[in-house]
Amino acid sequence: MWRFIAYRLLQAIPVILAVITVTFFLVRVAPGGPFDSEKAVVPEVKAALEAQYRLDQPLLTQYAAYLGDLAQGELGPSFKYPGRSVNELIAAGLPVTAELGLYALLVAMIIGGVAGIIASLKPNTAQDYLPMSAAMIGICMPSFLLGPLLVLVFGIYLDWLPVSGWGDIPGDKILPAITLGSTYAAYIARLSRAGMLEVMTQDYIRTARAKGLPEWQVVTRHALRGGLIPVVAFLGPAFAGLLSGSFVVETIFQIPGLGRFYVQAAFNRDYTMILGTTVFLSTLIVLFNLLSDILAAWMNPRLRTQFSEH
Amino acid sequence: MSLRRTALKLLPTLCLCVTLVACGSGESRVVQGNRNGILHYGNGTEPQGLDPHIVTGLPESHIVRALFEGLAVKNPFTLEPEPGVAQSWDISEDGRTVTFHLNPQARWSNGDTMTAHDYVWSWQRALNPAMGNQYAYMLYPIENAEAFATGKLQDFAEVGVKALDKHTLQVQLVTATPYFIQLMDHYSTFAVHRPTIEKFGQATDRFTPWTRVENIVGNGAFTLKEWKLNRRIRVEKSGTYWDRDRVKLNGVVFYPTENISSEERMFRVGQLHYTQTIPLDKIPVYRAMENSPYVNAPYLGTYYYLLNINEAPLQDVRVRRALSLAIDRERLNNTVLHAANVPAYGITPPGTLGYQPPKLFGHDVAAARQLLAEAGFPDGEGWPGLELTYNTSESHRKIAVALQQMWKDALNIEVTLSNQEWKVYLDSVDQMNFQMARRGWIGDYVDPNNFLDLFLCDGGNNNTGFCDPQYDDMITRQAPRAKSREERYAIFYAAETLLMEQMPFIPIYTYTSNHLIHPSVRDMPSNLMDSLNLKYVWLDQNWEGAQ
Repeated sequence: MWRFIAYRLLQAIPVILAVITVTFFLVRVAPGGPFDSEKAVVPEVKAALEAQYRLDQPLLTQYAAYLGDLAQGELGPSFKYPGRSVNELIAAGLPVTAELGLYALLVAMIIGGVAGIIASLKPNTAQDYLPMSAAMIGICMPSFLLGPLLVLVFGIYLDWLPVSGWGDIPGDKILPAITLGSTYAAYIARLSRAGMLEVMTQDYIRTARAKGLPEWQVVTRHALRGGLIPVVAFLGPAFAGLLSGSFVVETIFQIPGLGRFYVQAAFNRDYTMILGTTVFLSTLIVLFNLLSDILAAWMNPRLRTQFSEH
Repeated sequence: MSLRRTALKLLPTLCLCVTLVACGSGESRVVQGNRNGILHYGNGTEPQGLDPHIVTGLPESHIVRALFEGLAVKNPFTLEPEPGVAQSWDISEDGRTVTFHLNPQARWSNGDTMTAHDYVWSWQRALNPAMGNQYAYMLYPIENAEAFATGKLQDFAEVGVKALDKHTLQVQLVTATPYFIQLMDHYSTFAVHRPTIEKFGQATDRFTPWTRVENIVGNGAFTLKEWKLNRRIRVEKSGTYWDRDRVKLNGVVFYPTENISSEERMFRVGQLHYTQTIPLDKIPVYRAMENSPYVNAPYLGTYYYLLNINEAPLQDVRVRRALSLAIDRERLNNTVLHAANVPAYGITPPGTLGYQPPKLFGHDVAAARQLLAEAGFPDGEGWPGLELTYNTSESHRKIAVALQQMWKDALNIEVTLSNQEWKVYLDSVDQMNFQMARRGWIGDYVDPNNFLDLFLCDGGNNNTGFCDPQYDDMITRQAPRAKSREERYAIFYAAETLLMEQMPFIPIYTYTSNHLIHPSVRDMPSNLMDSLNLKYVWLDQNWEGAQ
């Protein structure tokens, strides 16, 4: 197992290095620079700004310097927010995005898991079609539509929940979590239904029923663990996706997370911020994929043996 | 065991329901704010920073002008300058020497007295080329300031600014500059606290933490109390400000309201007193309301299309004029723009400190067709095609599509649309890599000069290829020498007439400011600069009775 983890971690290094290199050069190729603005910038001012950010040096020197800084954990100063480092901006946004992602995942697991299990118990009946149709709608409904709709109903018409913010007014975390989680809930519903359907036909389920256990005990004590393996495998990439894909929800609800920095950085040509967030998020994605593989192995003894043979 | 597991599963749902019920009827921020004298202000975006010599945007200016104050400030009702750090100023007969008399009561927020030396040091910092101050040109009317800022002059002692004594600052100008006092309210001319800046790095260092809550020292009506990135910035009434008795608010909270739909929703549920703008589609709804919080007022900005006059077919002035005459600006404004703006026929917004631009043309399809025929394209025959570039935005697209159709209907010509991402678009315009491109210009100070000098031969924002020595002479030599405002405006009028006859750009509309303002907010008048002076603002707890 440890050898497997070490092997996967080593594999990640060239992947991340490739991400850095491609991103570094791609952003430089894009037209427009960080200091372009609608009002013309005097050449002397532009030159002074470029010198302050080392942009006057040859590209390869800049690349080498960036790698050097990165090795020490320094992501450099932000172009858009003078006086703040990219490390600081990520540190400010990450806890918020992670918290939002976690709640969204929780919402997704509860709604999706329950819907999937209910559907799997009586396949091809109304009890199956109803939650699965709802799941399909969930997958199709983009968050920029669902978010404002929820706000309109629960925030404005019913006046039950705040329409924006994060941790400022009680209850302001509920709507963003539901909005972000709903798409993933739909995926989880479909995965858990498929997983459960497969497990429910296994011999040990028949044995459990034959022993006279009530159906809900058969499901919760015997079927769930096996039936939810596909869901667990999905959780790692899902969480990474939630972290890097929360931009729309963060914008709708004015949440001070990482997603807004990430997308705005690209629009602002904030080179260091684009690189910093990309490197950081790609590292996270690699790690979460690894984590979910390990978790899946822990839940499935057959896979565990395979890993040990690696 | 399983029961416990089920209970555990139900717990989050239960919590959700409890919270749902619990947070139903709370007091809104606006109600609380009215009671405590705290204004909740939608500020557009997260500010880049708070260093007056680094920042460039509007959201930044709102906060910086709460924390700092210039030598003179704008009266929000009249926009005329009134005393700030300087309690008075004298202007010499030839208009070239300005002497500011600083208020001896003016203090930094740490209690230090403000002196004329603070200004000499701060302006040296603002003009230092190493600083990369994008608004350094605000100080260019000062003798030798431009030479120093562009590195041609090394010795700051030769720049026309001197501290005669602790409270007297003398400024020598290149030429008489009637709007110079106005510039003292622009943040790039503000003084900064030298000991604080030097404590955290060199004077021109952009990466120091001197503007953080725990470090910053300002001289404005408010002091910084909290800065949570992308959440809010909270300022409180300053105890050291010289005119503190006039300040009625106890504090202001600025919110980065990037998404304008979310901002409008925040206003609706009482989270904001004031919104930075309003979604275009919501304007008719708010307009129809009784006691509407919607406030619409003329704004010092023009929306126009740049024409690259080096490119065919725009080399021909008849084609440029035909394109302009074919546009029905009234219809565009009443339909696409929900009558929220004002049709424009020149570059200078009407009423810029009393100046009225010439109106040389209107919507005239027959004349437009005639001009196009004379240029060799009768009824659009032989038209080589034309591309209109704009930066990606729904409202720019709507306008572009409407005009494309007007040109098709009136002149039978094809205009293709090309939308570009913001920085790509900026690059295209900067490199003159376009035929026709959208542009907007917002004035930095209230004076026709700020719009008319755009089209000087070497104007950094000209971007059309237009160059007329006669025009340059009027703007740079004749106008500054005028003896009276009337004479000066007459020269501007003649210059703008010349400009519009050549039509290097197509004016489309004059901007307006559009805000939602809660009825409890008092003394926050609309003005041409959309200039906010928080010193005047107060909140009326009994606003419902007053209505």
